[in-house]
Amino acid sequence: MTYSYYKNMQLNNIIFVYQGEVTADLVSSILHMMENKLDGDGEDKKIKKKVFNVMVECLQNVYHHLDTLEVNVSDSEINDRTALLMIGKEEKDYYVITGNHILNNRIAALKSRLERVNNCDKNELKTLYQAILNDGEMSEKGTAGLGMIDIARKSGQKLGYDFHPVSEKYSFFSLEAKVARV
Amino acid sequence: MRNLIIEPTAKTPKVILNSDINVFEISGRSIPEDSVGFYRRILDWVDEYAKSPNPKTNFKFQLEYFNTSSSKCLLDLFRKLEKLSKSGHDVVITWCYDADDEDMEETGEDYKALLEVPFELVSV
Amino acid sequence: MIEALKIEPTHKTPKVYFDPANNHFELSGRSIPEDSVGFYKKILDWVEDYGKTPNTKTEFKFELEYFNTSSSKNILELLKKLEKIHLQGQSAVQITWYYDEDDEDMEETGEDYKALLQVPLELIMKVY
Repeated sequence: MTYSYYKNMQLNNIIFVYQGEVTADLVSSILHMMENKLDGDGEDKKIKKKVFNVMVECLQNVYHHLDTLEVNVSDSEINDRTALLMIGKEEKDYYVITGNHILNNRIAALKSRLERVNNCDKNELKTLYQAILNDGEMSEKGTAGLGMIDIARKSGQKLGYDFHPVSEKYSFFSLEAKVARV
Repeated sequence: MRNLIIEPTAKTPKVILNSDINVFEISGRSIPEDSVGFYRRILDWVDEYAKSPNPKTNFKFQLEYFNTSSSKCLLDLFRKLEKLSKSGHDVVITWCYDADDEDMEETGEDYKALLEVPFELVSV
Repeated sequence: MIEALKIEPTHKTPKVYFDPANNHFELSGRSIPEDSVGFYKKILDWVEDYGKTPNTKTEFKFELEYFNTSSSKNILELLKKLEKIHLQGQSAVQITWYYDEDDEDMEETGEDYKALLQVPLELIMKVY
């Protein structure tokens, strides 16, 4: 059984996978570990920076949005603060995947933001980023609505995403960002 | 006025706000989850400083990484410096970036384009 | 060169690490002994001794979490000895006073000491 997990991870080029609660300390530990790994692998400085930036934004995105879920005692199968985090290294790209529960009534808004980002070219992303940066609004959590855009810019590729229905109230949202190794 | 010097951590930058020796600097990495909390005291300090600033204020930024929530706070800080400049004081923002770091150079250029305060880009 | 002074911290007394060979001088932790005079006597004597042949540069770090009022008098004595060394000109003394971001009292105390002394004293905030 352990061997099949190992082989599965190897096949999918998974460097790191985590399932559980996401705290600020955990995010720090993962970033520290991945930074060492990138250094150790002798990855090009520019790529290292992009991958690191994408990781920071993806992980902190999950961290911030987990607490938008309502605490509902009867949802025993769903622990609000748990998520899935995965980082992999393929021949051509690094990838960062995050997965967390989301309330169904938030899906439409999120989907439209993702579609908008994916429909932008490089220059449009830059303009969009600046427009949101400049508009002076800041959510109470201190996020800026810029995370997705920044991930797309650093990644240089379209963001992959999926909403998997779980219950009447929740779905499981996964986001994938890739950074080319060349 | 009291100086504010903050030790860097794995997620927050080194901050030197020293009006006695005229050194104003933010350097290192800025990736805290709660950037508003971290930058609040810097913004408050600059507000206080702006009441009687030094003849010349040169504010240096040399960041390796910053997350998107920091980018908003940095803009807030720039706007305060811009306001100080527009009210007739000599203010210069120096944005230092690694010679190989095109992203950081571009970010500096983007900020420069948004602001009306002397903003210099320096490759290190 | 004078030998280093190293005292392990306890739940009431701070870590003392004065090492001239490595130019590292540190007083950190908490200082709440009932008999602070007794504890600080050896520290003050050591600094007095060090002052006879100090390093060209002395960087002294204070990173205290808490200290009682009787310690505070002794800490001031210590600072005054450092000031004396600095003013005598044989050593450029630089004192660094650390305080936690939420600890206004410690910050205030550092400011107070700074105002009383003629030796470079820099306050540095620690965030978490």
